[in-house]
Amino acid sequence: MTDLLPARSVDRIPYRLSTPPISGVLRPRLAVVCVVLALAVFLVFCWGISVGDIPYSLVEVVQALIGTGDAGTQLIVRELRLPRAVTGLLVGIAFGVSGALFQTMTLNPLASPDMIGITQGAGAAVVAGIVLGWDGGLSTQVLGLLGALGAALLVYALAWKRGTTGYRIVLVGIGIAWICTSVTDYLMARGKQFEAQAALGWLVGNLNGRTWDHVGPLAVVLAVLLPGALLLGRLMRTLQLGDDVARALGTRVQPVRLAILFTGVGLVAFGTAAAGPVAFVALAAPQIAQRLAGTAWPPPIAAGLTGALVVLSSDLIARELISGTELPVGIVTGVLGAPVLLWLLIRANRAGSGG
Amino acid sequence: MSREHLTKAGPDLRAEGLRLAYDQRVVVEDLDVAIPTGRITAIVGANACGKSTLLRALARLLSPQAGSVKLDGRPVHSIPTRELAQRLGILPQSPVAPEGLTVVDLVGRGRSPHQTWWRQWSRSDEDAVRDALRATAMTDLADRPVDELSGGQRQRAWIAMAVAQGTPVLLLDEPTTYLDLAHQIDVLDLITDLNRHENRTVVMVLHDLNQACRYADHVIAMKSGRIVAEGLPTDVISADMVEEVFGLRCRIATDPVSGTPMVIPVGRHHDNEDAVAVTGTAS
Repeated sequence: MTDLLPARSVDRIPYRLSTPPISGVLRPRLAVVCVVLALAVFLVFCWGISVGDIPYSLVEVVQALIGTGDAGTQLIVRELRLPRAVTGLLVGIAFGVSGALFQTMTLNPLASPDMIGITQGAGAAVVAGIVLGWDGGLSTQVLGLLGALGAALLVYALAWKRGTTGYRIVLVGIGIAWICTSVTDYLMARGKQFEAQAALGWLVGNLNGRTWDHVGPLAVVLAVLLPGALLLGRLMRTLQLGDDVARALGTRVQPVRLAILFTGVGLVAFGTAAAGPVAFVALAAPQIAQRLAGTAWPPPIAAGLTGALVVLSSDLIARELISGTELPVGIVTGVLGAPVLLWLLIRANRAGSGG
Repeated sequence: MSREHLTKAGPDLRAEGLRLAYDQRVVVEDLDVAIPTGRITAIVGANACGKSTLLRALARLLSPQAGSVKLDGRPVHSIPTRELAQRLGILPQSPVAPEGLTVVDLVGRGRSPHQTWWRQWSRSDEDAVRDALRATAMTDLADRPVDELSGGQRQRAWIAMAVAQGTPVLLLDEPTTYLDLAHQIDVLDLITDLNRHENRTVVMVLHDLNQACRYADHVIAMKSGRIVAEGLPTDVISADMVEEVFGLRCRIATDPVSGTPMVIPVGRHHDNEDAVAVTGTAS
């Protein structure tokens, strides 16, 4: 415990980025992870577009995307294959960021929207729409949002007790998730075979046959909520230290929590409406990103990129590696995401850090 | 920093007619207290006497059912959260850091009340964190995860966070809990440094009466939600007061090191007049 310290140790204290009056912290490892993830996402995105009945090279895909390829390629790439890839990209980002928000807010990795009933709420509402016959482009989005919002508010209201702690949100959320799952099961059992089949295809998470109609609402929502999520990141840093410390540091805990809740719900609801409740992404992507970046919290941008990478690679695997059928993407995300998460957990435990 | 803070000699923290309750259970009733500016105040009392509750109310973590807490004449509940956080800091009892969070990240979060959306890490933030790490002798451990530190180091890391917050008033809820004796003294010495060198007003809840006598300029003794006695440790601490507040028979000696009162409990098995004669320092 001395005052004479090696200069380096003092100077290694966060890297400051500053052009007054703007300033911020640069975390080199997180920045590198984000850049690498972005490159990987771009690669898998193009690769996913390149495969199909008419295979293209990656160069042809990029040319078509920037508008320099031949007209036929451009048509197939831009009108037929791009919507599917963009849906996968945006859904992955939405789920990843949403998971990061919920996990940070509740200080609990289990509190991702697919564990605490938000996704299930959206699912139950959309299945009700399909089975009861209100299906249609926009109505799916609206139903998904209403279901997710309803489930979220129910969780928040039931978990409320002199403020809402993360632990209570998880417990109540699991209860709500089961109720929503039961409602979905009931609707499926009651529904006619054709509708039940359609609902089932949607319930596992699916990118088949996506059009620009699926992309539009999600893109608009992301354009609004993503900046919001990044701005909330600053306030979440104090929230991670517990409610009392957060309040002592000047954070208005309940309004911030509600803002996080609505942002996360919006992302999940529109993601779910576009591609169904793609399993595991919201739970695993933030945790994978956190371990890659070596941070003590799920970093939102890296979580979004990881989510996109998981969804896009899963879709690629579903279509290519398993020949014959086009599996729904949701079946692969769980199979792919779980081992990656387990591997990171085991590695972290061996290294004696993280956890 | 507000203009009031600059023009006044120091922060003036007081409570008037305070009633504090958890739901229906009233813990503190009709309490008035004024915290001496620029001094160290220790709140002592038996378990569940309302001392932590009072501290939480002073830090507006708990809303009073009646009465108010005022900082420089303004009710704390009317001061915007961020502005208040620039003037009054509180370290709750046994806070928990997320797994893997490094000391420097934790201390950096103490700067939150001074940051904005666009100014997230300024020169002054960096300087404050560096100074706080130095003041708490945590610089060497800056890159270590908080959860891997020893209890004493961890507590110093949290205090460093509160120091980096740079508030003229610092409230601490049992800052020595779960620490061994050497680390308790370490932390209390550190708090004394903060008071003497940086002129911070400190209020802390303490369990150990002898430490309260030694480190505090002002002692507030509480029982069942009321203030039984307050003032200089030498004026407040007496065998009668300890018996009333803690229900403990004791003798009072003089701390041979600091010259402050020292409480020696009697208990049921050691009530021996000869022993007192040997010590010979009963006052």
